[in-house]
Amino acid sequence: MTSLDPADLQAVWLTLKLASVTTCLLLLIATPIAWWLSHSRKWYKGLVSAAVALPLVLPPTVLGFYLLLLMGPNGPVGELTSYLNLGRLPFSFAGLVIGSVLFSLPFAVQPIQNAFEAMGQRPLEVAATLRASAWDRFISVALPLARPGFLTATILAFAHTVGEFGVVLMLGGNIPGETRVLSVAIYGHVEAMEYGAAHVLSGGMVLFSFLVLLGLYLAGGQLSKVTK
Amino acid sequence: MKSIKLGLLGALLASLVQVANAGEVNAAVAANFTKPMEEIVAQFEKETGHTVKLSFGSSGKFTSQIKNGAPFDVFLAADEKNPKLLEEEGLAVKGSRFVYALGKLVLWSAQSGFVDDKGAVLGKGSYNKIAYADPKLAPYGLAAQEALQKLSLWDKVQGKLVTGESITQTYQFAATGNAELAFIALSQITKNGKVAEGSYWLVPSDMYNPIKQSTVQLSAAKDPAAAKAFMTFLKSEKALTIIRNFGYGLP
Repeated sequence: MTSLDPADLQAVWLTLKLASVTTCLLLLIATPIAWWLSHSRKWYKGLVSAAVALPLVLPPTVLGFYLLLLMGPNGPVGELTSYLNLGRLPFSFAGLVIGSVLFSLPFAVQPIQNAFEAMGQRPLEVAATLRASAWDRFISVALPLARPGFLTATILAFAHTVGEFGVVLMLGGNIPGETRVLSVAIYGHVEAMEYGAAHVLSGGMVLFSFLVLLGLYLAGGQLSKVTK
Repeated sequence: MKSIKLGLLGALLASLVQVANAGEVNAAVAANFTKPMEEIVAQFEKETGHTVKLSFGSSGKFTSQIKNGAPFDVFLAADEKNPKLLEEEGLAVKGSRFVYALGKLVLWSAQSGFVDDKGAVLGKGSYNKIAYADPKLAPYGLAAQEALQKLSLWDKVQGKLVTGESITQTYQFAATGNAELAFIALSQITKNGKVAEGSYWLVPSDMYNPIKQSTVQLSAAKDPAAAKAFMTFLKSEKALTIIRNFGYGLP
């Protein structure tokens, strides 16, 4: 059994950093989307739902391919970032964060949306009769009631980002400390037939994923009411 | 009614006989040889009636898969090491291995006029990213590293290197413009004997160890006769012409 070499340790650290940043951003982005989806009766609600769920069914390589084109020097996003002097996004940590946020968006939106929907209008109406403002109703009533949904969203978004491969492979360029995350490091070890190193990292991934799901199901008694 | 049934039966039998005569070859082919292989196979199928099923990928991955029982009959690798390994382990037919093409390394940019014909652009600061294939996995990546070391630029470009997992991904990084420069195979940018787009520098062959793309017939071949016929065809004048037209050197 080989132990972790510094480069692999760096990949582990980078993966955790990517998953944490992605999860925080996702909670900020997913909450308003989930709120709107659970309350809106607009005709285009279906369109938005479908667009949000798209990463669930698309192969990650499709997402990676289009992001590479969009963020490239000839793509609209790439032109915008050069214009703003932000540099280029592919082959950078920031680029990976954007890819990960898009890739894991449905895993954050859907549990929160389900939680908001399961709660129903009643608690909010009661709060309204007590003269709570719309913002106050959202902060002190809706958010605490939807807590299990947020918990599920956090765990799923984090775990899904850790397990991501296709998007980071296509966008990343495999740069140590910048874009070489765990899954890419494992792929490299397997391809180079360094099975010892691949086993250490892969075994760790299996254990980690199992523990995350176990935690999710143990908490499930409480969660099942809201997340179906 | 009866005559229709008989006719159908006849047609079925006839097609069965044809299938029995024509063999099938499953070929694992290094990704950089995709385009020439498709042309060679089209010729081979026309002349012999055999069919060839093609899988394209990295040589290292195919070697792992063959070791684990992948159903391939012939293997066209991008290097010499992997076919040799299979031969030593008894997974390939002894004595069937030969070099079918010599890989040529180029420095390429999707922008025309960006790369000069001496590769002097490498020493200038006019680019942000330079892509090459992982030298642990791809022979063209290793060749790129050797060339950069020979030019004493290896340390200088460290901050600009982007690694593709294969020579195909490396090409894609440069084709989308995300990397201004890339070390790739001449065959990837060659069409009908000419370089179709962008600008390039043909890296002199004394700057890297020769990329001896080798092939081997696998022991597990289901139809060894058909596999052997293909290996022979690969050495024929027709096949060699196609190989040369796609920018490879001949052994």
